[in-house]
Amino acid sequence: MKLPVKMTINGQTHSHEVEPRLLLVHYIREVIGLTGTHVGCDTSQCGACTILLDGQAVKACTLFAVQADGARIMTIEGLAKNGELHPIQMGFWEKHGLQCGFCTPGMIMAAYQLLERYPKPSEEQIRHQLEGNLCRCTGYHNIVKAIQWAADNMPAKR
Amino acid sequence: MAVTEERLFGKAIKRREDPRFITGRGQYVDDVKLPGMTYAAFVRSPHAHARIKKVDAAAARKVAGVLAVYAGEDVQVGGLPCGWMLPGIKVPARPALAQGKVRYVGEPVAIVIGETPFAAKDGAEAVRVQYEALPGVADGKKAHAPGAPQLFDEIPKNQCFYWTIGDKASTDAAFASAATVVTQPLVNQRLIPNAIEPRACVASYAPGTGDLTLWVTSQNPHVHRLLMAAFVLAIPETKMRVISPDVGGGFGSKIFVYNEEVVVSWASRTLGRPVKWTAERRESFLNDAHGRDHVTEAAMAFDREGKITGLRVKTHANLGAYLSTFAPLIPSYLYGPLLSGVYKIPAIFCEVWGMLTNTAPVDAYRGAGRPEATYLLERTMDRAARQLRLDPVELRRRNFIPPFTDGTPYQTPVAFAYDSGDYAPALRRALELAGYEQARRDQAAARAKGRYIGIGVSTYIEACGPAPSAVAGSLGAGAGLWESGQVRVHPAGSVTVYTGSHSHGQGHETTFAQVVADQLGIPMEQVEVVHGDTAQIPFGMGTYGSRSACVGGSALVKCLDKIKEKGRKIAAHLLEAGEQDLDFKDGAWSVKGSPDRKKAWGEVALMAYLAHNIPQGMEPGLEATSFYDPVNFTFPFGAHVAVVEVDAETGAVKLVKYTAVDDVGRVINPMIVDGMVHGGIAQGVGQALWEHGVYGDDGQLLSATMMDYAMPKADGLPSYTTDRTVTPSPINPLGVKGAGETGTIASTPAVANAVIDALAPFGVTHLDLPLTPQKIWKAVAAAKR
Repeated sequence: MKLPVKMTINGQTHSHEVEPRLLLVHYIREVIGLTGTHVGCDTSQCGACTILLDGQAVKACTLFAVQADGARIMTIEGLAKNGELHPIQMGFWEKHGLQCGFCTPGMIMAAYQLLERYPKPSEEQIRHQLEGNLCRCTGYHNIVKAIQWAADNMPAKR
Repeated sequence: MAVTEERLFGKAIKRREDPRFITGRGQYVDDVKLPGMTYAAFVRSPHAHARIKKVDAAAARKVAGVLAVYAGEDVQVGGLPCGWMLPGIKVPARPALAQGKVRYVGEPVAIVIGETPFAAKDGAEAVRVQYEALPGVADGKKAHAPGAPQLFDEIPKNQCFYWTIGDKASTDAAFASAATVVTQPLVNQRLIPNAIEPRACVASYAPGTGDLTLWVTSQNPHVHRLLMAAFVLAIPETKMRVISPDVGGGFGSKIFVYNEEVVVSWASRTLGRPVKWTAERRESFLNDAHGRDHVTEAAMAFDREGKITGLRVKTHANLGAYLSTFAPLIPSYLYGPLLSGVYKIPAIFCEVWGMLTNTAPVDAYRGAGRPEATYLLERTMDRAARQLRLDPVELRRRNFIPPFTDGTPYQTPVAFAYDSGDYAPALRRALELAGYEQARRDQAAARAKGRYIGIGVSTYIEACGPAPSAVAGSLGAGAGLWESGQVRVHPAGSVTVYTGSHSHGQGHETTFAQVVADQLGIPMEQVEVVHGDTAQIPFGMGTYGSRSACVGGSALVKCLDKIKEKGRKIAAHLLEAGEQDLDFKDGAWSVKGSPDRKKAWGEVALMAYLAHNIPQGMEPGLEATSFYDPVNFTFPFGAHVAVVEVDAETGAVKLVKYTAVDDVGRVINPMIVDGMVHGGIAQGVGQALWEHGVYGDDGQLLSATMMDYAMPKADGLPSYTTDRTVTPSPINPLGVKGAGETGTIASTPAVANAVIDALAPFGVTHLDLPLTPQKIWKAVAAAKR
C-alpha cells in the first residue's frame, strides 16, 4: 500500500506515492535526492537529520514522510540563497566549526532555530540548545564560536 | 632538508573542504547511488555464544523484492585476516559470516539482498535461525578463570597471547628495596567509537570487465584493497578499486576490514549488480570494533626522595570474540612501550594477557593503547602523591625526564627512544593558564563551606606515526608503516598532490596544500590534494596513529625536493647559469646577484612539458613519487589541567575549567590543530565521566543505542583553554609530531584525577571510570556511614 504525499522542499513542490513506513529523512535523501541531510543514529539522539519543517527544527528521522504531507521544508541545501552563504554557514567556516562535516548540516539547521529564539545567545544558551545534536570531532568548542560569529553577523531583521 | 621561506606554514588558513560540507554537498558513501543498485541487510546473532543448528531462508526468499539470501559457507571467500602477529599468538579463524557457532551478539549470520532497503529488511526479518545457546563470558579476566566457557576448542583458557616487555629481575629488585610501594588496581572500560557517520559500503562488480569497485568508509583504502583482494576475495589488486570519499569521522573504527564489506563485495560479484549496505546505529554499536577494555594491576616503587624506581603492570586485555585487523598490536606494542611516560623510570616490567570473550572485537580507538598506558601512569602518580603527602605537581616535576632537544634521543627501559622533549615548560604554562595556585586556595575555601572542587593534572607522552617498517616487521606487523606521496605539476603550473594519507575530518586538503604551496612558492589555489581512491594514488597506508603530517607530509616533502631539483636544472639551463648560482624564492628561480634574470615557476613547468629547450638527456615532464619510511615514531607531549566541582548530594560532576598545553612539534595550521585537540579532549572527558560499553554477564550489550551509551554533548562541556610549546621533531623534515590523539590521551586522567581530588575529604582514593553520579554518590554515602 502506498499513500500520496505532497510537500514543498526548499521552495520546490514534490508529489510522490510512498510507503507509510518511509521516514521523512529517507524520503528527502532517497526519493528527492537531497543527500545533505544525514542519518547518524536510529534513536533520534544525534540530530544529523535536523531540518526545518514549517519553521521548526525537527529531526527528520522522527517523522514518517506521510506525516509531513502539506509541509514546507527547508534542508541544508536550501539555506544559501543565490550562491550566497547564510551567516551560520559562514560562521562554521570562519570558526572551524566542523571537521568531518557529517553532523554539520544538522548542527547548522539546529543553529538556525536557536538564533531565531535567541538572536544574541549566551554560551550557556547555545550549549543547552545544541543538546540534541552530537558531534564527535570538534568537542563543540568551535561550534559555539561559529554560532556566536553568526549571531554577530546576522543582518538586522526588517 | 632546506625549508624555503614560509608564507603559509603555521598560518590558520580556513579549510578549503568546508564549502561543500556547510552546503550539504559532501559526498559520503551513503550518498552513492548507482543504476541497478540493490540493498543489503544482515541477520545478526541475538546470542553471545550459541551453536547454529539451522538457517532457514525459505520464507525470506519469498518476500517481494528479495533477490538472494546467503548464510555461512554460502559465501565463498577467505576469512577476515589479522594483520599483526605476536610471538606464540593463537589466531582464531574469523569467517565473513558465522559458521557453526556465533560468538558475540551482533555477529553477522546471513545477508539478504533486496531491490529496495525495505525488501532487504523484510527479508532479514523472515530468516529463521535455530540456535542452541551456550554459556558465554564477557569479562576478560573471568574468561581466563578455570571452567570459563571456551570460545574456541583450539585456544585453551581463551588466551590468544601472553606478552611482556621490560625487565622482570630489575623491577623485582626495585620493589624489594623501595621506600614506598603504591598499588593501583584499575579498569580501563570498554568504549564504543561512534563516529557520527555510520559505516557503509557500496560494491559494484562489472561483469563485462571483472572490475570490482568498492566505496567504503575507510581510513585506509589501500589497506582495505590489499587485505580484501589478496586474502579474502583472492583477486588481483588490479581488479579492485577502493574509494573512500568523504568519510564522517573514524577514530580508529574505520581502519579495519569488517565482515560487511567483504560479504557485500562477494554478493555484488555473485549477483552482477551493485550492492549497498549502510549500518544502522545499533549495528555500529554491535559490530564496529570497540576500544580499551583493560583490567590492570599496577604498582609503583619509590625511593625516599619520591623518585620512581620501578613500575610493575599486569593487564588482562579483552580482545572480543575474534582478532580484528590490528587487535594484537594495541595492548602490546602501543601500550607497554608507553609505560615510561614523561618520567625517568629505571625499571619497568609489564605483562599482558590477550583474552577472547563473547563480545564485539576490540581494536584501535583514538589513542589506542596510549590512553590506557597514560591513564594507568597518571592515576597511579596521583595516588602516589597522596600516599607520599606530596602535591601531585611536585611529584611529577621530581620525576620528569630532563630536557633533550639536541637530537639525542631519550632511551626508555621499554623499547622506545623518544625523539625530543622538554616537559617542564608545558606543565608550567598549563598551571599558569589554569591558575593552579589560586585554584588550590579556592578549593580549600570551598571545602570549608562544604563544596567539593577538584583539580586534576596529567602530564603525558604520545607516540605518533608508528615506525620504522623494518622494526615493525620484526615485531609482527603485516604491513609497512611508510607513506606515499605523488606531486604532479601540470604544464601551466598548477599542481595535483596525491597522498596515501586519508582525511576523514583532519583537513588534509588544506594542510597539505599549505605545505606544498609554501615550498613551491605558489598560491594555494594552484594546489589540489587528492586522497582516498586507489585508482588515483600510489599505494598508501592511510591515516591512523596521528601519522598524516609526520609521515604523509614528509613523503610530500620528499616529492617536492625532487621536483625542485629538476625545476632548478631546467631554470639553470634556460638562464644559462649554474644550478648552484640560482636562488629559488616566491615561485621563481633567479640568478644570485641579478634578480631580474629569472624564470618563474610556470615558465619552468611549461618548458618541462614542451621539452623544446631542456638539458640534453633530461626526460620531459615534471612529477615525482616518494615513499617515506620514518626512522622513528614522534613523541608529542604536554600537560592538561581539569577543574571540577562535585555535588556531594547527587554525585553530579561539573567540569568547570579545562586547560591544555600540548607540544606537537611544529604546527602547519594552528586552527586545525586546536580543533583536533578540542575534539580529543571531549572524547577523553567522555571516557572519564560518561561513556561505557557495558556487557551483561550473559554477553548482551546493554549500551547498544545512543539512549544507553552516554555521548559527550555540548551542554556537559566547557570551552577549553589551549596553548602550545613547540619542540620540533628532529626526525622528519617538517619538524612535526602529530596532534590527532593527544587530547584524548591527556584528558581522561586529568578529569579522573580532578574528581578523585574533589572526593579526597571523603577518603576516596580511587573509583573506576566512568565517574557517574551513581558511582560517586555511592562512594560519598559509604564514607558518610
